Amino acid sequence: MPDKKMRTILFLLQKEFLQIMRNKSIRVMIFVMPVIQLIIMPLAADYEVKNINLSIVDHDHSTYSAQLISKITASSYFKFAAYNQSFREAFILVEKDKADIILEIPVNFEKDLIKENKAKVFIAANAINGIKANLGSAYLASIIRDYNMELRSKLIAVTRYNPVPVIEVPSSNWFNPLMNYYYFMVPGILAILVTMVGGFLSALNIVKEKEVGTIEQINVTPIKKYHFVIGKLIPFWILGNIIFTIGLLVAWLIYGIVPVGSLLLLYVCISMYLLAILGFGLLISTFCETQQQAMLVMFFFMMIFILMGGLYTSIDSMPNWAKIIAKFNPAAYLIELIRMVVLKGSGFKDVLPHIIKLGIFAVVLNSWAVLNYKKTN
Amino acid sequence: MKCFTSWQGVQKEKNSIKKVMRMKQFLTFVQKEFYHVLRDKKTLLILFGMPVVQILIFGFALSNEVKNSKIVVMDQAKDISSQKLINKIEASKYFDIEESIHSQGQIDAAFKKGAIKMALIIPAGFYQNLVHEHKAQVQVIADASDPNIATALTNYANAIVQDFQTELNTGFEMPYTIIPETRMLYNPQQKSVYSMVPGVMALVLMLLCVLMTAISIVREKETGTMEVLLVSPFKPSLVILSKTVPYLLLSFIDIIIILMMSVWLLGLPINGNIFLLLAVSVLYIITCLSLGILISIKTTTQQAAMMISLMGMLLPSLMLSGFMFPIENMPVPLQVISNIVPATWFNNIIKAVMIKGLGPSFIWKEVLILTGMTLFFLFVSLKSFKIRLA
Amino acid sequence: MSDTVIQTEKLTKRFGDFIAVNEISFSVNKGEIFGFLGANGAGKTTAMRMLCGLLKPSSGNAQIAGFDIYKQTEKIKQSIGYMSQKFSLYEDLTVLENIRFFGGIYGLSNTQISLKSKKLVDELGLQQEAKKLVAELPLGWKQKLSFSVALLHDPKIVFLDEPTGGVDPVTRRQFWEMIYEAAHRDVTIFVTTHYMDEAEYCNRISIMVDGKIEALDSPSHLKQKFKATSMDEVFYQLARGAKREE
Repeated sequence: MPDKKMRTILFLLQKEFLQIMRNKSIRVMIFVMPVIQLIIMPLAADYEVKNINLSIVDHDHSTYSAQLISKITASSYFKFAAYNQSFREAFILVEKDKADIILEIPVNFEKDLIKENKAKVFIAANAINGIKANLGSAYLASIIRDYNMELRSKLIAVTRYNPVPVIEVPSSNWFNPLMNYYYFMVPGILAILVTMVGGFLSALNIVKEKEVGTIEQINVTPIKKYHFVIGKLIPFWILGNIIFTIGLLVAWLIYGIVPVGSLLLLYVCISMYLLAILGFGLLISTFCETQQQAMLVMFFFMMIFILMGGLYTSIDSMPNWAKIIAKFNPAAYLIELIRMVVLKGSGFKDVLPHIIKLGIFAVVLNSWAVLNYKKTN
Repeated sequence: MKCFTSWQGVQKEKNSIKKVMRMKQFLTFVQKEFYHVLRDKKTLLILFGMPVVQILIFGFALSNEVKNSKIVVMDQAKDISSQKLINKIEASKYFDIEESIHSQGQIDAAFKKGAIKMALIIPAGFYQNLVHEHKAQVQVIADASDPNIATALTNYANAIVQDFQTELNTGFEMPYTIIPETRMLYNPQQKSVYSMVPGVMALVLMLLCVLMTAISIVREKETGTMEVLLVSPFKPSLVILSKTVPYLLLSFIDIIIILMMSVWLLGLPINGNIFLLLAVSVLYIITCLSLGILISIKTTTQQAAMMISLMGMLLPSLMLSGFMFPIENMPVPLQVISNIVPATWFNNIIKAVMIKGLGPSFIWKEVLILTGMTLFFLFVSLKSFKIRLA
Repeated sequence: MSDTVIQTEKLTKRFGDFIAVNEISFSVNKGEIFGFLGANGAGKTTAMRMLCGLLKPSSGNAQIAGFDIYKQTEKIKQSIGYMSQKFSLYEDLTVLENIRFFGGIYGLSNTQISLKSKKLVDELGLQQEAKKLVAELPLGWKQKLSFSVALLHDPKIVFLDEPTGGVDPVTRRQFWEMIYEAAHRDVTIFVTTHYMDEAEYCNRISIMVDGKIEALDSPSHLKQKFKATSMDEVFYQLARGAKREE
């Protein structure tokens, strides 16, 4: 008997593969999507903050203000946009998107610093782009702090003050010492790629049979429901693995990213994840009547999966309710898994909890899809 | 003379009757399209639910601020000062201390499990060094697989240590201190939603006007009902036009929903003129609709229309329009491409009018470009449509 | 009574308030060609879909090939063939691939499949087209192919839902020859149609009006009963009284 079951599934597989090979849209998706996405997206999706345009308003025109300014302009962080006479003038540059940050040095900056022991400078950042504003003003503040220290040690040497304890903070960056942004983005985009292709293909598949009417002919046969679903699952599972492999090759050839961890482990993660996301697609497929509907529904969930998957913004920073939603987001686990194995070389024990969770998703979603697929209405 | 005028009158009357007839026919068609759209409840739900969920996610879930990052502390000093510093770090909103550890190896393991983003090492003799040598060290190791977060966390850690140092010296004031005072313009709380609202609008409109419109027209082609419409005594171009009307209306409602939610739920200001904002939105809707029409005329199957709309239109609008990722960071070829993505210009307009509160004089260029694009799309559509009929 | 292969008793299907099929009772014998007539919307397709196990009845009973319509739908499916109104073989597979696939699904062995494929292709004269995509075949051939595929696993009953819609007269004739041949092999044919000349070919016909069976007999008896010269007239007399359309 198990022999007979295997045979039914083999016939289903044969049919699906023939159809997939003949479908032009799918061929484009398999071979063009990974290349386009992996080449264009990391280039476009560059969140790395560089090219911060700084505009400076110096009301003081003193030696110290000039020193501070030359220290800032010497740093590679900032692009010097303009030297303005008034804050108003600089602000117009911000309105026109010509400047991102304004540094304003008030009158009597030098005098206050010497006489009163302290002086203020003003930083105004265009916070419509929050990350840029955040990091930009932090950079600026740290340059000012450096200058401050230099200045202090110079001045203290002449005057007589008690030595002040200083704490140094040497920092090191692990796993990506050159702070290469692509190292961060490419593995994430690889995860998105597998999610999108797997999700859309599986969501559209059964619905298409409904729209065309071929599902009727299947429904009058004595085929088992789970055979049918397995027959749909396996081809896309293989396809997903192929796309992932193409993606890995592109990542290696173009970005020079070679997984630090075990390649085998990486495929274990992807395989488990594919079962989950394909199950989800098939489930949607059983709920919808037209391809338009299925695509829209999938798009809706895709958006939530990707946005709340920690690709661009960290899940740690989310409020609690969002963290709970993220726990039910399979894509979030995959993004983390790929980054762990590819960048940090995490081992099987490290990734096991996530793989188990993905396994639970796979079982639940696929069983649900089988239950919800009705041969008899 | 009299005769002539009356003849003219008749002709005029005939024309006006014709016009009324046309109008009525057109309305009948529009009505039919509305039935189509309104009958599919699942689709409607998503079309209205999409912007709502997006606003909620962008407004409340995503934040560019890095906080509650998990870290480990390896305290080799275990003295009063190190304890004080650890307490200070624990108290900040940026860090959550996961555990205290004792060996370098544990740091490595914690990073690999993905449990932490940063490790802090306080070397032995921290207090001693501070008091006697006036100089001590705190080491920071950041997980730089995410470079932005690594930079931000290192900066935060630095700032906390600076603070700690200043507190140590209470009693005497630090001499010669420059105090930077930072103001965040437009978006004091640095919510990501400020840069995202225009993006959400652009995206939803793309989806509705390009994707849905194109698919619904192509579907009529696929099922053959288009033929029936085209042989009716009604102008073919008006048939197509009538299909866009429901989507125009739905889009407009979506824009209103997005704006209302932004203002009331997220407290986003509309600093500029609301009518100007709505007017440019309608312009963008029309641009998208004409693009949808063009796609529907050029393709023959739903799947092809879907692929072109998704990969050719939606993805570029999402990635290259500058609402998610800064255009100036992109390589030059992509910057050039971003110029032909309508969403780029719409994004600029919305930011200028809604958030910065600027007037028409700042956006005339963008408006002109969008109008030009619309005319171009319509012209090409009309041309290829005529060729098909001939 | 072992010859009865379809037996229904007050079989009913409701969609909300709408009663699509209203307490129909009839039986069909082995090897019979049973015509199932009715105006559009009379409930023919709904009734047929219930008998095939595609729809759950709201009430009433039925036995198909000796199996219960509620509990043994999967067993029923092994003993029937079905050809739907809409062409539903895979257009993006070739003729042979379609045969192979459906043969496999019904559990035929590889030798059986290759034997049947060859026989089927020869009988239909599709040698040239065997390796072409089904989408490229003209409609008439597609219909003949679907009928053959429905017979592939030697079912006891075949359900045909308007099998000859839109097909030219010559092909229609050939199609009915195929039906007769199958009936000779004791396959029961359950067929719906709008062509009254086709109704004449059936052993017995039933005419549905507004969800009910209004007449059931052989064509000649029906003509006598309604004092009509043709089935057209019989149908017209009955269907005229119908209240619902569509």
